[in-house]
Amino acid sequence: MATDLRPRTATSTPPGSAPPERPRTGLKDRISRVEVRWSPYLFVAPFFVIFAVFGLFPLVYTAWVSLHDWDITGAGAFVGLDNYVTLFADPDFWNSVHNTLGMLVLATVPQLLMALVLASLLNQKLRGVTFLRMGVLLPIVTSVAAVGIVFSQIFDRDAGMVNGLLGLVNVDAVDWRADKWSSWTAIATMVNWRWTGYNALIYLAAMQAIPKDLYEAATVDGAGRIRQFWSITVPNIRPAIVFTVIMSTIAGMQLFTEPLIFGQGSFAISGGSLRQFQTVSMYMFEKAFRDFDYGYGSAVAWMIFLLITVLGVVNFLITRRSK
Amino acid sequence: MRKTQPLLYATLLVGIALSAFPLYWLFVVATRSNDVVGDWPPPLAPGPNLWDNLGRLFGAEDANFLLGMWNSLLTSAVVTVSVVFFSSLAGFAFAKLKFRGRNALLLVILATMMIPVQMGIIPLYMIMVELGWQNRMEAIVVPALVSAFGVFLMRQYAEQAVPDELIEAARIDGCSTFRIFWTIVLPALRPGAAVLALTTFMGTWNEFLWPLAVLEADNPTVQFSLSQLSTTYYTDYTLMFTGALVATVPLLLVFIAFGRQIIGGIMEGAVKA
Repeated sequence: MATDLRPRTATSTPPGSAPPERPRTGLKDRISRVEVRWSPYLFVAPFFVIFAVFGLFPLVYTAWVSLHDWDITGAGAFVGLDNYVTLFADPDFWNSVHNTLGMLVLATVPQLLMALVLASLLNQKLRGVTFLRMGVLLPIVTSVAAVGIVFSQIFDRDAGMVNGLLGLVNVDAVDWRADKWSSWTAIATMVNWRWTGYNALIYLAAMQAIPKDLYEAATVDGAGRIRQFWSITVPNIRPAIVFTVIMSTIAGMQLFTEPLIFGQGSFAISGGSLRQFQTVSMYMFEKAFRDFDYGYGSAVAWMIFLLITVLGVVNFLITRRSK
Repeated sequence: MRKTQPLLYATLLVGIALSAFPLYWLFVVATRSNDVVGDWPPPLAPGPNLWDNLGRLFGAEDANFLLGMWNSLLTSAVVTVSVVFFSSLAGFAFAKLKFRGRNALLLVILATMMIPVQMGIIPLYMIMVELGWQNRMEAIVVPALVSAFGVFLMRQYAEQAVPDELIEAARIDGCSTFRIFWTIVLPALRPGAAVLALTTFMGTWNEFLWPLAVLEADNPTVQFSLSQLSTTYYTDYTLMFTGALVATVPLLLVFIAFGRQIIGGIMEGAVKA
């Protein structure tokens, strides 16, 4: 394109420019040619430079740190895969993996199913569309630590509303922080509450792109609402579903703020007195920034990274294969 | 179809009530005193204690709430301006300029969107120690100055929002590439940039893991202050709720003012994804 433009620039310049300027046009021309050629690189450079220094390099260097006995005083001996050997035999690590996966399932599956239902409800002829959409999106606007604080109170053993409601149907008060399942449920509720509406809007956008005559044809063929939903709507918004599944998985594997705030008090970073809701991110943080064991913390971080990658690929394959 | 409509509205309204209730509860408790919070049935109307609670919040030791708010406003604003600027610049280059290696570089950006950068925080912390930026806002701002998601979003937007003829015409008039960006492209990108600005602001405001690692309690961001409250004052619900409310208000204001654009942005992004 540049070669196409330059001759025209050259021919259009002389009539406009005064004679004394003429010797300069050659130089100007060359400058502008250089400018056109190199400015795209200059424009994209800030991203790549800053990302390389503060994003990519730390991530790669994590692997290097994890091969060392490395603490707050600096790099110690190269220990090869020792940190990983310890890690594989570390029950606290596996416990945190278990917790993270448990909460991931409890948070992602209901969230996406509810989002699907919500989106198909919103995908009708409705009054007050903007009001409804904004209402659905309200949770995402709540500051994340605030979500943790509000739900910690709602799920409190003594003062909480959930136990109050359970009392109405004669269920004994649950100590939500005490056990794995109960604490996972409480934390997953925060995530579900916060993200369902966002995912619903993504699905809604995809649903609105489905041609209406598909549904008309199905109605003529006698397919009911629910049948239409599963055989027309869901297959047609597959890309959106794949997108949300992968995004929720990546976010779920890094779950940190909600369980930390839920923990309250001195057991916060260990996820309860028995580590019943400590996630892998919390474990990494505990090792690196509480115990100052950078080498071991880096091994944890690198394992999380691998886990996320593996889960991402598995997700992709499953969602791709199912029809 | 007609008959199902009331049921449809009822279901949707219940859904919206559920999504709004925790926020309303946040407000109610922040206006109450501690002795009624655990009551059953719970107090569902606002009370008179908001000012009192605010006073206690900003006076709470260890939390440094006012400083936390200021730090968060400052870092979120700087990061937002920077991300929008650099993303528009790079997005424009990827969408409208031809250069060798363009597609390969774009692929790199797409790939980095999927990388959980958070996992690199240990070496990132070491870098900050080297630079002397621990417990300083530079540590929060500088790594966040650019965003792969932002570049991608602005590229998508620039592709359809800026006509090629306009750029060519400006070139013929002798405009430099940056001048074209500044005077022609940037104004055309404004709606897309607004969405990016809002999501970036919210994202930075909600950042927690990294501030907790690199900052100290005497120079926190607002989420850090909130976590301090929930560690130190975890029995004082009205205090924590008031903090949570104050930390949410800026986001709510942004949402009320620009909710429509945010929704449009999410839905447009979804169609393309």
